[in-house]
Amino acid sequence: MSDIFAARLWQHAQHNPQQPSIHYLASGAEDLAITYQDLYRKSADFAQALQRAGIQPGEVVVLIMDYRADLLYAFWGAVLQGAIPSILPFLTEKLNPDRYLADLTSLISVTKPSAIITYDEFRPIMEEAVEDGSCVRSVLYLEEIPREQNLSSKDLTGFQAAPDDIVLLQHSSGTTGLQKGVALSHQAVFNQINALGEAIQLNHAQDVVVSWLPLYHDMGLIAGFILPILSGIPLVLMSPFDWVRAPHRLLQAVSQYQGTLSWLPNFAYNFCARKIRERHLESVDLSSWRAVINCSEPVRWESHQAFLGKFADYGLRPKALQTSYAMAENTFGVTQSDLAVEPPTQCVDQDTFLETGLIVPAREDQPSLVMMSSGKTLNNTRIRVQDPEGNILPDNTIGEIALQSDCMLTEYYNRQDATREAFQDGWFLTGDFGYLSAGEIYVTGRKKDLIIVGGKNIYPGDLEELLYEIPGVHPGRAVVFGVFNEKSGTEDVVVIAETDLEGDQERQDLADRIRAYITQNSPVVLRQVKIASAGWIIKTSSGKTSRSANKEKYLAEIVN
Amino acid sequence: MNTDIQSALAAFIAAEILNQPGRTIAGDEKLISSGLVDSLSLVDIALFVEEQYDVIIDDTELNPDTFDSLAELEEIILSRQS
Repeated sequence: MSDIFAARLWQHAQHNPQQPSIHYLASGAEDLAITYQDLYRKSADFAQALQRAGIQPGEVVVLIMDYRADLLYAFWGAVLQGAIPSILPFLTEKLNPDRYLADLTSLISVTKPSAIITYDEFRPIMEEAVEDGSCVRSVLYLEEIPREQNLSSKDLTGFQAAPDDIVLLQHSSGTTGLQKGVALSHQAVFNQINALGEAIQLNHAQDVVVSWLPLYHDMGLIAGFILPILSGIPLVLMSPFDWVRAPHRLLQAVSQYQGTLSWLPNFAYNFCARKIRERHLESVDLSSWRAVINCSEPVRWESHQAFLGKFADYGLRPKALQTSYAMAENTFGVTQSDLAVEPPTQCVDQDTFLETGLIVPAREDQPSLVMMSSGKTLNNTRIRVQDPEGNILPDNTIGEIALQSDCMLTEYYNRQDATREAFQDGWFLTGDFGYLSAGEIYVTGRKKDLIIVGGKNIYPGDLEELLYEIPGVHPGRAVVFGVFNEKSGTEDVVVIAETDLEGDQERQDLADRIRAYITQNSPVVLRQVKIASAGWIIKTSSGKTSRSANKEKYLAEIVN
Repeated sequence: MNTDIQSALAAFIAAEILNQPGRTIAGDEKLISSGLVDSLSLVDIALFVEEQYDVIIDDTELNPDTFDSLAELEEIILSRQS
């Protein structure tokens, strides 16, 4: 089989031209079936437009488009041209256009794309972001790209790509994330898909992937888009904007299209269990769903139980609920649970876990935690758990997870410094904490203060910088951290800001300003804002703010 | 002055969505376009309205073009009750 993207897509278009590759579901519209031939030809329109614009193979093309089929064609069009597509989150209504412009400018300065594809309505932002002499030589407006050219040949430069060439970039959100684009080669993606495919026993004749995940994130991009297309299995795709307003559509789609595989972040299990009405489940049959794989935020046994409790009556099998540990730097999956059984769980002693990092069985009448395994390593990946000096730790001892594989990133794009820092003695340091037990990995937390909200990585430092832009909040006098919320199954973002204001109303107004500002200038909303008097925030002797110490203080206050 | 329906909606949004039970919300305050109610919470509003007033807000209506304030949401509820 061909080991570059363009050749694989071409193969499917030749062998199964009329087979639907993607069923695109949009609220309020008929389902759109996109055959392999359609996908190839409509994508080729974009490839030709890039070619005419003088974009060379190996140059980066940034895609700023919302969830319509055109985004899918533009992505594959860039690939067929041999360019490197990078899908950016779309400017949503709540987001401040100035912030979006600032983020885009910062991305351009590091990634140095040669082209941007977007809508005409973004022209004013583009004209500001792309100045004379910019590395961006061409902004292609979708409305001006000639369509329906019906190219049916392989006469496109993407077919000359080598397996080691970079095929795509993935960015996570925020200032920090946008400056670290994960660059993946064709070969890395194929290696990932082969290894993951083996772990989940991908069945080309029967499997159907159903996904609502965003395509700018590894789980959505790899598992929910590229894996099914390259593997030649049907993909049922809906927009995250639609899903979040109508979570039942995921289950209806599984039922209607006999979906077999889905990937979900942990919060989605709680979201579906809590927010779907019975009337939307009439005649829904989930018995075809053989694996619903929980990954990209810490996996919770309680969330699986809630999901199962709600949907078992509709044919959902307990064994369908599975887990994985994944990250963009390894293309996607690092581990996968064994689909033949439910993921193993361990009931561990909470105090020992928190105080010593050791895993011992729960004691009677003592607080305990249920840990759920994220599975075993894929056959192309090795992991180890190590201490800060790099010594390998024994089973049942928490340390940092390090990994090696043949599907790792080529580099953080144009960031040799960050790439070098990420590796130690040939091992990639994940920044995640966890432990091994009987060959299974249990992920327990993170080394850095990264917050994961609904599967989105949020850097607290980015949010703190935003806070300091708000009148009434002073540099060094605010702190941001995440607190797990049992009800929603994900982390709440908490802000503590010190103020000299005394009045209740003044403090309330400041809290409102903070909420509004973060909403409009970041991908998250704040769930908890505490306005504190001067001196509340704990500093280290060197004057630094420790997020974990302040989080502990905050949690202790809430409990008492 | 908020009406009864608006007050009930405001109390629900303040307590359940914003985690600020004491927060007041004016009848014409922007809810969705301002980001006050985030997209993950829109379906909670639809569920609340359906349970309290037996009025269905379709998922395709959960956007600021359909309603963006308590007053506009109340208008939809009243028009569908009659």
